Parts: sequence; C-alpha cells; structure tokens
Amino acid sequence: MKIEALLLSVRLALCVSAILIAIGVPLAYGLAYSRWRGKFLLEAIVALPLVLPPTVLGFYMLLAMGPRGALGKLWYAAFGHGLAFTFAGLVIASVLYSLPFAVQPLVASFETVDSKLLDASAVLGAGSLRTFRRIILPLSVPGIITALVLSFAHTLGEFGVVLMVGGNLSGVTRTVSIDIYDRAQSLDYAGANRTALLLLVISFLVLSAVYGANRRAGRRAWAPWPLR
Amino acid sequence: MAIEVSSARLAARVRKIRRGEGSAFFLLDVQMEVPSGISILFGPSGAGKSTLLDCIAGLAQTDEGRIAINGDVIFDSEKGLSVPPQSRQIAYVFQSLALFPHMTVEANVAYGLPHAREQTRDGRVSEILKMFRVEQFRHRKPREISGGEKQRVALARSLVTQPRVLLLDEPLTGLDAELKGSIIDDLRAWNAAHKIPILYVTHSREEVDALGERVIALEHGKIVSEGTPREVLDAPRRRRLAQAAGFENLLRATVLDLREPDGVMRVRLADAVCEIEVPLGHAAPGDRVRVAIRAGDILLATEPPRALSARNVLEGKISSLERRGTLVVARVDCDVVFTVHVTPGAERALELAVGKKVWLVLKTHSCHFVEG
Repeated sequence: MKIEALLLSVRLALCVSAILIAIGVPLAYGLAYSRWRGKFLLEAIVALPLVLPPTVLGFYMLLAMGPRGALGKLWYAAFGHGLAFTFAGLVIASVLYSLPFAVQPLVASFETVDSKLLDASAVLGAGSLRTFRRIILPLSVPGIITALVLSFAHTLGEFGVVLMVGGNLSGVTRTVSIDIYDRAQSLDYAGANRTALLLLVISFLVLSAVYGANRRAGRRAWAPWPLR
Repeated sequence: MAIEVSSARLAARVRKIRRGEGSAFFLLDVQMEVPSGISILFGPSGAGKSTLLDCIAGLAQTDEGRIAINGDVIFDSEKGLSVPPQSRQIAYVFQSLALFPHMTVEANVAYGLPHAREQTRDGRVSEILKMFRVEQFRHRKPREISGGEKQRVALARSLVTQPRVLLLDEPLTGLDAELKGSIIDDLRAWNAAHKIPILYVTHSREEVDALGERVIALEHGKIVSEGTPREVLDAPRRRRLAQAAGFENLLRATVLDLREPDGVMRVRLADAVCEIEVPLGHAAPGDRVRVAIRAGDILLATEPPRALSARNVLEGKISSLERRGTLVVARVDCDVVFTVHVTPGAERALELAVGKKVWLVLKTHSCHFVEG
C-alpha cells in the first residue's frame, strides 16, 4: 500500500470538506429559508452530482480547467500555471462533486429548527445573522457533523472525477482509489486488496458514526441512504 | 392623536386579505385600541387570534392598516412603513413558549439583552427571574424544568427587555387553575409597575372569567363584541342563535320598565329615541338586551296607521329597496335600520321608493326578547 496515496486522499478530503462547509452553510441557509420562486433550479443544480456519472462532471470540469476553458484561463492569469492535473484542480472538481453531500444534510438540519424559535429570536430583538449564529447553527450541530463526515468520506472514495481532472501523477493527483485501480490493472491484487480493505473499513466506520450520531440526536439528519 | 399619547396604548387597524380565484375576502379585518392592563382576545380556534398577534408583532404580513404604540407608528400600509419585528419592542409569548432548548434558563432570559453591559444584564436577569420565582432554575435547561416553570421563564424572557406591548398566545394552556392564577398574579404585579398594554389570547371561557378584565371577542377575523367578560361571553352565542333562527332584525335595546300585569316591557332601541313594547322577559330596568324581529313579521304602511291592535308604530324612511326573486327587501331607517320583507305586489300598490316616508307596525309578540 502506498502511504503517499492515502495521505494525498486524506489531505484532499480535508480540504474539500472544509471548503464545502464554508460554502455549503450559506448555500443551505438560502435553500432552507429563501422564498425565491426559482429556488428549485438551485436545488436541482446542487443535487446534480448525485445522478450524473462522475465522468460527465469530470469531463466538463476538465474542459473548463483546460488552457482554453474559462476557469483554466482565469487560474493561469492569477497564478501563472494551468489548473488541470494539479491538486488545486482536484480540490475544485471534488468540491463540486461532493456538494450535495454537504448541502443536503445542512438544508435538512436547518429546516428542522422550529420556526417558532426563529420568531421568538426576532421578537427578542435579534436580526437574522444573530438568530442564525445563536439559534440555527447550535441546533444544527448534528447536521453539520453529518455534512462534514459525508463530504470527507465521499471525497476520500471518489474515482471518476479524479481520474478525469487529475490524471495519475504520484504525490500530486494519485489518490487511493486511483492507486487501487492502478494495482488491479497491473495484477498486483494483494496490494490492491490492502488499500481497498482499508478504504472499506474507513467508509464503514464513517457511516456508522453518522447514523449513530443521528440516532443519538433523536432525529434523522439527512443521510445518503434513507434508513428507518 | 391625543388619545394615543396620553397613556400607554396599542392602536391597531389590521386587514389581511386572502385572494382566491377572482375574488378577495378579508381573513382578518380588525380595528382596536388596547389600553394598558390586560385585555383578553377571545374567540374559537380559527378566528384569527394568533394571526392578529403575528401581524401586530410583525411576524405576519399585514395587507392594509396601521399599527401604533403610544403614538409611534410601527406599521402603515399607506406610507409603506413596516418596522421589522426585532425593532418593534413588542414582546410575544407563544403557545409553544419557544424557549431555546440549547440554552440555560439564564441564557434564555439574557438573550434579549445583547447590548447591555454584563453587570446591568446580570442584574436585570436576576431581578426578573426572582419576580417570576424561577431564580433557582437559572442554570437548568428548559427540558429540565416543569411546564409551569417554563411558562414563567418564557414570561421573564419576554419582559426583561422592557417591551412596550406584551402579546400572549394562550400561554397558560395545560396548567391547573391554581398555578395559572399565581402566574397571572405575578404578571399583574409586574405590570402594576410598567403599565403596558397586554393582549392575552385565549379560547377558554374559564380563563376569560378568571382574568375578568376587558374582553375583545373575535370571530371569523372580525371583532364581534367588546366589554366585560359577562357581556362578551353571553352575546355571541345568543346572537348566533337568533340569526340562525332566521331573525333578520337583531336590535340592541335597553329595558325601560316592566309592566307585569300586561305581560310586556318597554325597551328603548340603542342609538335611537324610539321605544317599543315587547313581551315580558327575565330582565330588570336598565338591562341591556337584544330584540329579534323577523323581516316578514313587520307591516309597512305609507300613511300613519290608526285604530290598530299593534302597540308599536315607528316612523321612518325607506333607505333601500332590493328585489330578491319574489321578495322585496326594504331597509327602513327609523334611526335604527329595520329590514322588512314585502311582496312585489305590495311594492307596486304602495308605490314604494327610496326616500319615501313609511310607518312600521310591529306586533308585540313578533318582537322576541333575547337576553344579554
């Protein structure tokens, strides 16, 4: 097993989950509370990675990040090098790919906050920012943890998008899942098995933690599989 | 307006319109003045009580109207003015109480005082917790205290901000009478010092009796009566009964005198000088009563009638005529407006027209006495 690949995956997953919380929280707040009519379009866009083959997303991301793509040009202007086949490119693509896994539990969690508590906060003189900080956020901790864990786990295990956007550069873009694929291709089944087993165990532990936390919280925040 | 400035007072005119397919109707159409002290907003569920409170607090949108506290306008649809709820200084205790579950009692109560200095804040929080007898629970979470204690905490949390108005939406539901009474006493004690208008919503007749102050009765989004608990509690039921029984004329009146040997009493119709004779009922002179008369039981004459057995003859003018199928509905203004049904033939024969002078003849026994 290549420790380098595992470390890269973990680093990627950490970056992606941190970014996802940062952009997911305001996005989820908008989706949960806005009365905008076109909201369903945004909801559909956020959920798109759930149904889209990773290769489709990866393909378009690759085009966008390429030297002729808008994102690639912008990146080149800012940093003097391209975006495709770099760690940063991988992060951007993964953020998009894991977006629903962060946003949906957050929306579900914000929506379960009793609206009367928000009304009470308002009549006690709090504006929407204070209400969010003091009431919604603390009451959504299980949802935030779910969002963090799921985006971490989902990024850790992604393959298609990584392959399309990152390729297979050791230490830069070769993540565990790519590593497993590589080994299986070169008939190193024992090596592939060690990494695969590790990924399986990590994923299982992560999901157990999420479901366990939801169970303890007394209500079910969003999880990728609707369990009773 | 001088009245608004002279004492603490909430003046609200609130209209909420529900628009359907091609039609619009008022979900809420209320005008009221709430002086300092407890006023009870009473009505069945679905009457619009909570919606009215939400409109006053700014949590629900008011379509038309004006809301002012002590002359300070917080909502005016004509001027497009709507102060957001967090700036209205109106305290609101919900039926669910809505205590913040993740905060201690102390933090709940201090929530409304984010800008006060720590010392001032702690002092005010302790004072109000003492006042409502929940100081010993200050470090507990809401789920760790009883229902009555929660209600006390909710009141303390609302009042610590020194609001200009307090709205209470069935805050004491589910408590026994004794506990309710003791919480109300503490609320009264607090308000003896602060003298703000308190609007207390309930659908319980017992609470209305117990609180025993000014009552405003709301039904189908409209105020149907105002006054003491007795006046209000008794009125709507009787009025509905009378209307359900098909009495088109339901008139407020005051009993003048009883003529027991004749089996009649004389009443004066409200807002008018005319007096009529009605069958004797359980009433005493000075009592306010209602008299119900069917539109079809009233005779209409175009000349002063003479030599009649009927005791009640009222002079008036036709204010409107409306043909409804084979029926003509005339409204006759005798200071009090009567609804009278005549046939199309009678309309032609008597040459009835708007503005024409007529006399109404009411048989004593066609006038039904409705108590209260």
